[in-house]
Amino acid sequence: MNAITQNERNALTRAVLEIDVNNHAGVMSHVVGLFSRRAYNVEGILVMPVGSGDTSRIWLLVNEDQRLPQMIKQVEKLEDVLAVRRHGADHAVFERMEEFFKA
Amino acid sequence: MSATRTESPGETLSGAQIVVRLLERQGITTVCGIPGGAILPLYDALSGTDKIHHVLARHEQGAGFMAQGMARASGKPAVCLASSGPGATNLLTAIADAKLDSIPVVAITGQVPKAMIGTDAFQEVDTYGLSIPITKHNFLVSSAEELLEIIPRAFEIAASGRPGPVLVDIPKDVQTQRIEVKQWPEPGRVLPAPAADEAAILKAVEMIAAAEKPILYLGGGVVHSGAAELAVSLAEKASLPTVMTLMALGAMPVDHPLSLGMLGMHGARCTNLALDECDLLIAIGARFDDRATGKVAAFCPGASIIHIDIDPSELDKIKTAHIGITGDVTEVLRALLPKVQPTLRKRWLSHVSGLKSQHPLQTPGIDDPRTHYGLISAVAAALDDEATVTTDVGQHQMWVAQAYPLRRARQWLTSGGLGTMGFGLPAAIGAALAEPERTVVCFSGDGSILMNIQELVTAAEEGVNVKVVLLNNASLGLVYQQQTLFYGERIFASKFKAVPDFIKVAEGFGLRAVDLDKAEQPRVALAEALNAPGPCLIHASIDMNEKVFPMVPPGASNKEMIGG
Repeated sequence: MNAITQNERNALTRAVLEIDVNNHAGVMSHVVGLFSRRAYNVEGILVMPVGSGDTSRIWLLVNEDQRLPQMIKQVEKLEDVLAVRRHGADHAVFERMEEFFKA
Repeated sequence: MSATRTESPGETLSGAQIVVRLLERQGITTVCGIPGGAILPLYDALSGTDKIHHVLARHEQGAGFMAQGMARASGKPAVCLASSGPGATNLLTAIADAKLDSIPVVAITGQVPKAMIGTDAFQEVDTYGLSIPITKHNFLVSSAEELLEIIPRAFEIAASGRPGPVLVDIPKDVQTQRIEVKQWPEPGRVLPAPAADEAAILKAVEMIAAAEKPILYLGGGVVHSGAAELAVSLAEKASLPTVMTLMALGAMPVDHPLSLGMLGMHGARCTNLALDECDLLIAIGARFDDRATGKVAAFCPGASIIHIDIDPSELDKIKTAHIGITGDVTEVLRALLPKVQPTLRKRWLSHVSGLKSQHPLQTPGIDDPRTHYGLISAVAAALDDEATVTTDVGQHQMWVAQAYPLRRARQWLTSGGLGTMGFGLPAAIGAALAEPERTVVCFSGDGSILMNIQELVTAAEEGVNVKVVLLNNASLGLVYQQQTLFYGERIFASKFKAVPDFIKVAEGFGLRAVDLDKAEQPRVALAEALNAPGPCLIHASIDMNEKVFPMVPPGASNKEMIGG
C-alpha cells in the first residue's frame, strides 16, 4: 500500500520486551496489570516455560511511547521478575509468529 | 546467624499454628483484625498463644489502619487479619493507602478451601487478583509447607527497599493442613539496599558547592529510612533552606531556622516563592507528587535537580534529574555529608529570611482556642514533642500540617498519597498500641470521623491513650471550600443537614467526652482532657466558612496561590 513494509512500520513504532519471570500462577497478571492500569495496550504476548519450568519467559510486543522507560522500571520492580531486556520490533520472535495470525 | 532449631525437631503443626509461630518468631506482639469463617483456624491457633495480643477491630478497614498506625509509629512491619470475601475487600482501602505512602504492612486473609476456589463459594472473592495493583507483592498460599517460606518473605519484602504492604491469602484447608516442621526459617529482615553510585555522589557534592540558591526538599523516604538527623545535618552544613512534603513533616523541626515548612498546594507563600527562585533542588526520598509540585512544568523552573531515592522508578518519573542517585537515603547521606564543604550562603539565606518575613504563613486566630488554628495551637501547648499526632483527611488535616509544631520524625501520621478519610482514629489506636507511653492525638473532622467511628469502641475496649480532637464545621469542609472557590459557590452535597451529637456518640461508645463549646475556659478543659489517661473525644465547633489558605488551584503553578 505504500513505500514501507509492515515490518518497517512496526520497527518505527513498536518495541519488544523480553521478561524472565518465576513460573507460577499470577505472575502474568502482575506484569500485564502494570500496562492495563495505565491504559497502555499490549499488542502481542508470548509466554513459555524455560528449562526445568521454574522460570518462564514473557515476550511482549508494545507500542513505543514516552512512558515505556517508566514501564520497564515498574516491571523490573516486580518480585517475580528476574530480568527485563528491550529489543526492537523487528525481533524474530514475533515475526515468526505472524503466519499463525493471518486473517 | 544460621537457621535455628528452637523447637523440638519433628513437631507436627497445622498451617495456622505455623503462621502463629512464624509471627511470634518475627517479633510480632500485636495483631489487629476480625475473625470470620475462612480464617477461623488461624484465630483458633492465635487463642493458643499468649505472646500475641489480638485487637478486635469493628471493621476490617479499621484493622488495616491500626496496623498502619503501628507501622508508621514504629517503622516496623505490622500485621492485620481478615476473613475471606467482605473481610478482605474491607481491608483493601487500608492496603491501598499503605501502598501510596510506602508503609510496611503484612495483611493476612483467609480464603475458601482450595477445592472451592473459583466456584463462587460463600464469601469467596479473588483477593489475590484484587490486591495485585495495591500491594508491593502478594501471595496465594497453596500448602502449609509454603508458609515457612512465604511468611518470612512477606516481612522481608514489606520492610526492604521502598517499604510497602504485602498480602498473604491463605485458603482454609492450608490453615488446617498438618505437616511436620523440622526446622524453622529465619525471620524476614530488611535487606540492605544496593550501594549508591559513588561518582554520582561526587557530582552531587560539586553541584551543591556550585549552587547559589539551593533548596533541600525532604519526602517521606527520609522518615522511613531514619535519616531525619542526617538530612538536618546536611542542611546545616551546606546552609540549605529546607522544605518538607506532607509525609516528611517532623523530619526537620518546624522552628529550625532553615525550615520553610510544607511545600505545595497549602504551603506558605514564602515556601513556594523560595522554590520558584531556587537554582538547585535536592530531593531526598520525595516523589514530586502533584500536590507538592503544582503544575510540574512551572515547578522550580530554574533549578537543576539532584534526586536521591531508594526506588529507581521514582527517578525521572515526573521531573528529569540532573543527578539521580538510587540508594537508601541514610547511606547516601552518610557518604555525601563528609564530602560537602561547609558553606555560609549569606545572600541566599538572608533573601529567604526576607521572604519568610514578607510572606509568612497566616494563622489568624491562633491565640483564640475557639478558632481552628487556635485550637491546634492550644493542643500543642498542652503537650510536648513526645506526643504523636494523627489526622484524618480534609481541612483540619491541612491546618494541622501548617500550624502544629512538629519536631520529631514519626511524630506525624497522616494519609498522604491516598488521602483516606477515616484514617485518623484507627491509625491513632495503632500508634498508641505500638507506643503506649505516648499520648496520641487524632485531629479529625465531622466528615472523616464518621467513616471509622465504630473504632471508638475499640479504643475504649483497649483503653488506649488516644485523644480525638474533633473540629466540627458541619460540612465536608474541603469540598465546601472547593465548591465556593472553583464551582461558582454552587454548594452541593457538602453541607450536612443532620449532624450527630458527637458527645453522646462518644459516650455511647464508652469514651469520656468533652465539649469545648460549653467550656468556660477551653484551654483548661482541653489540657485536662489531654492529660487524663485513656481515650477521650474532645469536640469543638468551628466556622464552616474558614478556608485552608494559601491554596494553589488544582492544575495551577505553585506561584499562583490564592489567599494567605
